[in-house]
Amino acid sequence: MSSAKPKSGTSGAGRRSARPGGVLLRFLARRLAAALLLCVGITLVAFTLTQLVPGDPAAANLGQQAIGDPAAVAAFRAKYGLDQPLPVQYLTYIGNVAQGNLGMSQQSHRPVAEDLAEFVPATIELALFAIVVSLVVGVALGVVAAVNRDRWPDQVLRVVSLGGVSMPTFWVALVAFYLLSFKFDLLPGTGRLDPVMSPPPYTTGFYSVDAALAGQWDVMWSALGHLVLPSMVLAVYTVGMLMRFSRASVLEILGNDYVRAARAKGLPERVVIVRHVLRPAMVAIITVAGVAFGSLLSGAVLVEKIFSWPGVGQYAYRSAVNLDLPGIMGVSIVVAAVYIIINLVVDLLYGVIDPRIRLS
Amino acid sequence: MGTLLEVEDLTVWLATRNGPRKAVDGLSFRVDSGEVFGIAGESGSGKTMTAMALLGLLPHAARTTGRAVFEGRDLLSMRPRELRDVRGRSIAMVSQDPSTSLHPMLSIETQVTEHMRHHLGIGKSEARGRAVELLSTVRIPDPERALRAHPAQFSGGMRQRIAIAVALACEPRLLLADEPTTALDVTVQAGILRLLHRLRLERDLAVVVITHDLGVMSAVADRICVMYGGRTAEVGPRETVLTHPRHPYTRGLLDALPHPEGGAATLRPIPGSPPSLGAVPEGCPFHPRCAFAVDSCREERPEPALVGSDHRVACPPDPLGDTLGDTA
Amino acid sequence: MTTGSRSPWRQPLALIGAAFVVLWVLVAVLAPVLAPYGPLDQIADKLLEPSAQHLFGTDQLGRDVLSRVIYGAQVSLPLAFLLVALSAVIGSVVGAVAGFFGGWVDGTLMRLADLVFAFPGIILAMAVAAALGPELRNAVLAVVVVSWPSYARLVRGLVMSARNSEYVAAGRLLGSSSIRTMVVDLRPNVAGPVLVMTALDVGNAVLLLSGLSFLGLGAQPPMAEWGSMVVSGMDYFDLWWLWLYPGLSILTVVLAFNFVGDTLRDALDPRTARALRG
Repeated sequence: MSSAKPKSGTSGAGRRSARPGGVLLRFLARRLAAALLLCVGITLVAFTLTQLVPGDPAAANLGQQAIGDPAAVAAFRAKYGLDQPLPVQYLTYIGNVAQGNLGMSQQSHRPVAEDLAEFVPATIELALFAIVVSLVVGVALGVVAAVNRDRWPDQVLRVVSLGGVSMPTFWVALVAFYLLSFKFDLLPGTGRLDPVMSPPPYTTGFYSVDAALAGQWDVMWSALGHLVLPSMVLAVYTVGMLMRFSRASVLEILGNDYVRAARAKGLPERVVIVRHVLRPAMVAIITVAGVAFGSLLSGAVLVEKIFSWPGVGQYAYRSAVNLDLPGIMGVSIVVAAVYIIINLVVDLLYGVIDPRIRLS
Repeated sequence: MGTLLEVEDLTVWLATRNGPRKAVDGLSFRVDSGEVFGIAGESGSGKTMTAMALLGLLPHAARTTGRAVFEGRDLLSMRPRELRDVRGRSIAMVSQDPSTSLHPMLSIETQVTEHMRHHLGIGKSEARGRAVELLSTVRIPDPERALRAHPAQFSGGMRQRIAIAVALACEPRLLLADEPTTALDVTVQAGILRLLHRLRLERDLAVVVITHDLGVMSAVADRICVMYGGRTAEVGPRETVLTHPRHPYTRGLLDALPHPEGGAATLRPIPGSPPSLGAVPEGCPFHPRCAFAVDSCREERPEPALVGSDHRVACPPDPLGDTLGDTA
Repeated sequence: MTTGSRSPWRQPLALIGAAFVVLWVLVAVLAPVLAPYGPLDQIADKLLEPSAQHLFGTDQLGRDVLSRVIYGAQVSLPLAFLLVALSAVIGSVVGAVAGFFGGWVDGTLMRLADLVFAFPGIILAMAVAAALGPELRNAVLAVVVVSWPSYARLVRGLVMSARNSEYVAAGRLLGSSSIRTMVVDLRPNVAGPVLVMTALDVGNAVLLLSGLSFLGLGAQPPMAEWGSMVVSGMDYFDLWWLWLYPGLSILTVVLAFNFVGDTLRDALDPRTARALRG
């Protein structure tokens, strides 16, 4: 995605676009339509995928003895609608989804929507924490590397960022857990809370936020403490990724005339970098931050396993190995929704950063 | 009029793949307060590097030697922090293309006021008030409204007026204008030049105009320095240099200009092309293209020598000296 | 002043990376010679700490961890090469077809690529691997399924820009057929960037594949595969040598390829480099 080129308009300041709000709404509506299409696409792919493959959900969920019992298998299939023709199964499913019904999970025997309401916030809380850390650290180090181009800090940071994207996430998790939690007991290890505590009343599903809302400060601190280690582990990869990219886009901006002009105004280098360089560089960086958020979800699958974090990664894993069709479809829809939301947020941020987008 | 800036023996070394190369080679000139001083030359003659060297804005790997005394202090030996207090405050810059030199994402208000507030230590509302005045000075219609706008909402000529307002914000003593009109339409050019002329009279502002365009030069400059291959070819008052050039290169430049009365026949381009960085020939840098070159031109570096009132020429054979150069 | 002008092979990072790649390839080839024991031989007491006898200790079945790490290179490296080659070929063909024909062909293929892109790689790979059955072969297929779109995008972009260039148009005027034009004229412009991308992608492939094995969806015990060694080591979490060394092997292999790939990318022209980064 490239930023809008400035139009070489001939109008003075007097002729500004009359209704920027209307343009923005139309733009958002178009994005939303595209997003819905994507949602349908993703569920279709997930559905097709689960149908094309040789695995049998009945076998996966009923166990070996029951497979020999045709009546049990037939009952299982009838219960989950597996005896219907495929297009009917898909359309029924989409119809139900539209009403907020994601079906019953074959492994937890609970509505998938209920399951997800519990598991999804756990992952989002983790991923948000990690993306904020990654953005702050990654962009800062990328800027340092860019302004010291080809000198020793740049060389060192290059190795650091390549190291970040080269580490197997599950292994980093083990090393960090072993050192920081197990060996030296600096940070709490597994789970979302201390075992003695019970979760705060459900409002957002984010334990830290819910606890704060309920005024349970010890629970909130425990929740935040438990977030540190897994989110740091998750951030290792995205920091490396964002750092390398921030460096590249800052370098690109540094070559612009307007940066030289800012320096010629005698502004302190800090102001030049933050106000004049970082702002345009952020346009490209937030695009990648959106991609990075997606990759955090991938990392979450591995990290959640190690830290016993009851998130959507764990849920996806369990659904996948049990061939729990409603579960897999539910996860797909969540992933599609997250993708859509990320893209909307990124688009809105473009508008915040670059006035030309708001105005054109 | 006192001397505002005295540049002596300025040499700029740029890092290239083949090691350091001289982009400016022993340049000397002075700028009096309140005058318009023109630096002319083809691209690659080192004019822009001269301006960048004065502001301390050369690329990291570049080195300078010589002196550039501005208001009693040598710019070239200042520490970065001291130089930063001079930049934008006492010496301001207007660059070639306003569509790239104004920040596309910052409001006009931010761009006109940020260095005012930094250098002069004034508050937001005072800076704003001054910005409105400045914009009316450079003839921007509806300044209050313009402050809230962004560069993309203005035409090229308007943007250059804004860039000039930005440069004038801290009431500098010296304005470095690097090709201030090159990117603009001819009709707009004249307006910008008139503006520079007026400002310089109103504000006792010295302006260094850097351009390849002798037409622009003759319109605004009081004194002119003609550069070639990073060196001074000729420097002197405008009338003298433009009507009685003593350096064959200046003469060549003038002959290459279209003449109002003559047809295409009077257009005489200089044969060959200017030397590239690191390929400046021995001796006089112009000798390979010079019709009057003699043996000594190939060996000795000519130094600018006084030939008339405030008129220096770096051409010892002085082939144009007796004819006064007025035969067309 | 640009690094692009320098040969990538004169930069220390690329040299270190290349040296490690060669080293690991040698380890894989010479595993039977280098490893003190076989990867499956239960030759000692269980869970011995690292010692002179067993440099990396022994595991829960009394196997020599060093030997298993060495033999692990025989699993990860060839598979990584194989699946990168597969993704590159599939992705390049799809991208070339999309870029060359444009229109609805392009639209359909690229929407498909977008769809795969939108899905977090490991979740999709997990679904595929789980559906096909937890086997190493299926994990490789799963990784190919999620890896091809980046090649498709890259090649499509390169083909489209090259297609509009004059010399290809000239070739068409001279009467060469579409396919011929595509293969003969465009290949030199496309091969370089694709090769750089494969260098960068080997690292990702090793990471994804070991990740799937870690989840139990790839290599199965008792095979000496690094990801599955880490996960079985997790059961004896406090015995760090069980999981530290296999993970370190993954890290060094991936890092080596990334050193090489990153330097090569910088040596390319900036526009292509940006396409590779984004």
